[in-house]
Amino acid sequence: MSTTTTTESGELAPVRTDSLAGLLVAKERPPRPSAWSASLTFGWRAILKIKHVPEQLFDVTAFPIMMVLMYTYLFGGALAGSPKEYIQFLLPGILVMSVVMITMYTGVSVNTDIEKGVFDRFRSLPIWRPSTMVGYLLGDALRYTIASVVMLAVGMILGYRADGGVVGVLAGIALLVLFSFAFSWIWTMFGLLLRTEKSVMGVSMMVIFPLTFLSNVFVDPRTMPGWLQAFVNNSPITHLASAVRGLMAGDWPADEIAWTLGWAGLLVLVFGPVTMRLYNRK
Amino acid sequence: MSTQSSGPAIETVGLVKTFGETRAVDGVDLTVPAGTVYGVLGPNGAGKTTTVKMLATLLRPDGGEAHVFGHDVVREADEVRGRVSLTGQYASVDEDLTGTENLVLLARLLGHRKPAARTRAAQLLEAFGLTEAAGKQVKHYSGGMRRRIDIAASILNTPDLLFLDEPTTGLDPRSRNQVWDIVRAVVAQGTTVLLTTQYLDEADQLASRIAVIDRGKVIAEGTKGELKASVGAGSVHLRLRDADQRPLAADLLRRALDAQVQTEHDPVALTARLTAAAGNDSAAGQAARALNELARAGVTVDNFSLGQPSLDEVFLALTGHDTQQPRPGSGHAHDPKDEVAA
Repeated sequence: MSTTTTTESGELAPVRTDSLAGLLVAKERPPRPSAWSASLTFGWRAILKIKHVPEQLFDVTAFPIMMVLMYTYLFGGALAGSPKEYIQFLLPGILVMSVVMITMYTGVSVNTDIEKGVFDRFRSLPIWRPSTMVGYLLGDALRYTIASVVMLAVGMILGYRADGGVVGVLAGIALLVLFSFAFSWIWTMFGLLLRTEKSVMGVSMMVIFPLTFLSNVFVDPRTMPGWLQAFVNNSPITHLASAVRGLMAGDWPADEIAWTLGWAGLLVLVFGPVTMRLYNRK
Repeated sequence: MSTQSSGPAIETVGLVKTFGETRAVDGVDLTVPAGTVYGVLGPNGAGKTTTVKMLATLLRPDGGEAHVFGHDVVREADEVRGRVSLTGQYASVDEDLTGTENLVLLARLLGHRKPAARTRAAQLLEAFGLTEAAGKQVKHYSGGMRRRIDIAASILNTPDLLFLDEPTTGLDPRSRNQVWDIVRAVVAQGTTVLLTTQYLDEADQLASRIAVIDRGKVIAEGTKGELKASVGAGSVHLRLRDADQRPLAADLLRRALDAQVQTEHDPVALTARLTAAAGNDSAAGQAARALNELARAGVTVDNFSLGQPSLDEVFLALTGHDTQQPRPGSGHAHDPKDEVAA
């Protein structure tokens, strides 16, 4: 920090205490913002950060493209006869997998903010307490949407066709973003709980990898041993992947959608309060 | 606001915070009158920041009670947050955003609509001399600019109570004076300020009452005058030409001033601590007398200075031990990255 800045203070304009005094005289305070408005403001902050550090979009552009290409051509021939046929099955699943993987950066950004020191200022403000966290997640919801659109575009170039049309695709993405929003509360918890960015990443990997791979994203679970089927068939990721696959194919998989929404609700109900407890206790 | 009329701004009774084995704050009693600058003076790791964090509702006390404008900091945290603002190295601004963006963001969070938030941000940046840097990311700001934007962020709404946690640590003298000017302007408008500092002269410049805190306890409290009287009138620092003359000089000083004399590592240096009780002699008078004595005895003095008691001396006088400065990393709760360029 010290090297870049020393020259500037010499030219720094003086403090104008007279105009400062004028500003301080006004003591009326506007009414507090609503919970929604405070959350949106924090979401706006997340977008500003993307504007200043566009590199952070790498994980929602390059990474998803890589995932689609890699798995389509790696497994396509062996599992479905050709990559072109496989992508019809794979795309909704790899969409789910990639976006759920991207959610873990939420924990990292929470943890970085704590380190940087802006966090305590937010905590000292008289606002709806969860709005800081909801703001992160709103910003992230935008990132999930970008990732989904990018992957869908790549998929379509490779030959994916959604029978559900625009409505089916939009419904699928909406469900995925909603679930990811709920799922991210796990990461806000870890972001607050763990000391370093590295440990947040480490723990996230431990959760994300088994959870996303042990699902029906790549193959039909019927080929798996019974004990694994039991896990895979009840995993929220499987429900989500089935629901998104169904919606994009033009079906209305009511059961799977209900399971997905149920899991989303449960995740928020469990990890939301734990996150807020840690936030208040930090 | 109606704050000045009734009761103190801050009142704590037996405030305690422990981190594992360490009692970072160990029974702190403070009463801060509204509308004044109250200085909390102590070395690194004394418990200043931990105390401020509890008062600003960022940390939950493990024992005792604290009220801010009559509101309990735990049970009525939200009321407290509505009336205080906080500036410290831990409660700063978002480095990735520009000065304007930071202030607009915080103004929006305080309930200002977008046009009002923009106006307020622009006015504050102007008053703080930051208009030119308004569109730059804060991570490119100098130390002095950082401190200004931090304070600006704390007065978007004029707070009733402002916590300034070591606002000038690491700043050059000029930036430090400017921060002092800001503090005076804020207090002149009726805001109460709780200032923590490691520097006696800073507390001396700004505060009307001072609490000295060490190892989590308040070891002295009073007005500036009271505190100084308890420490002594100041010190005379001498450098002699000839190291061999030092014992003789020390002896002379001891007798002439009735003062405690300390020898330094430097073989030609020595310091005499003046007592306030030495007759009705001023510090300068005592010093003149001492120099006279030395000249008459043929001791050559190369260099001479008369100083206020330093924090080290305050501590030595009050506690009998030195200010122990824990090394960065070994402290608890906070170890500020002090050395910010200015």
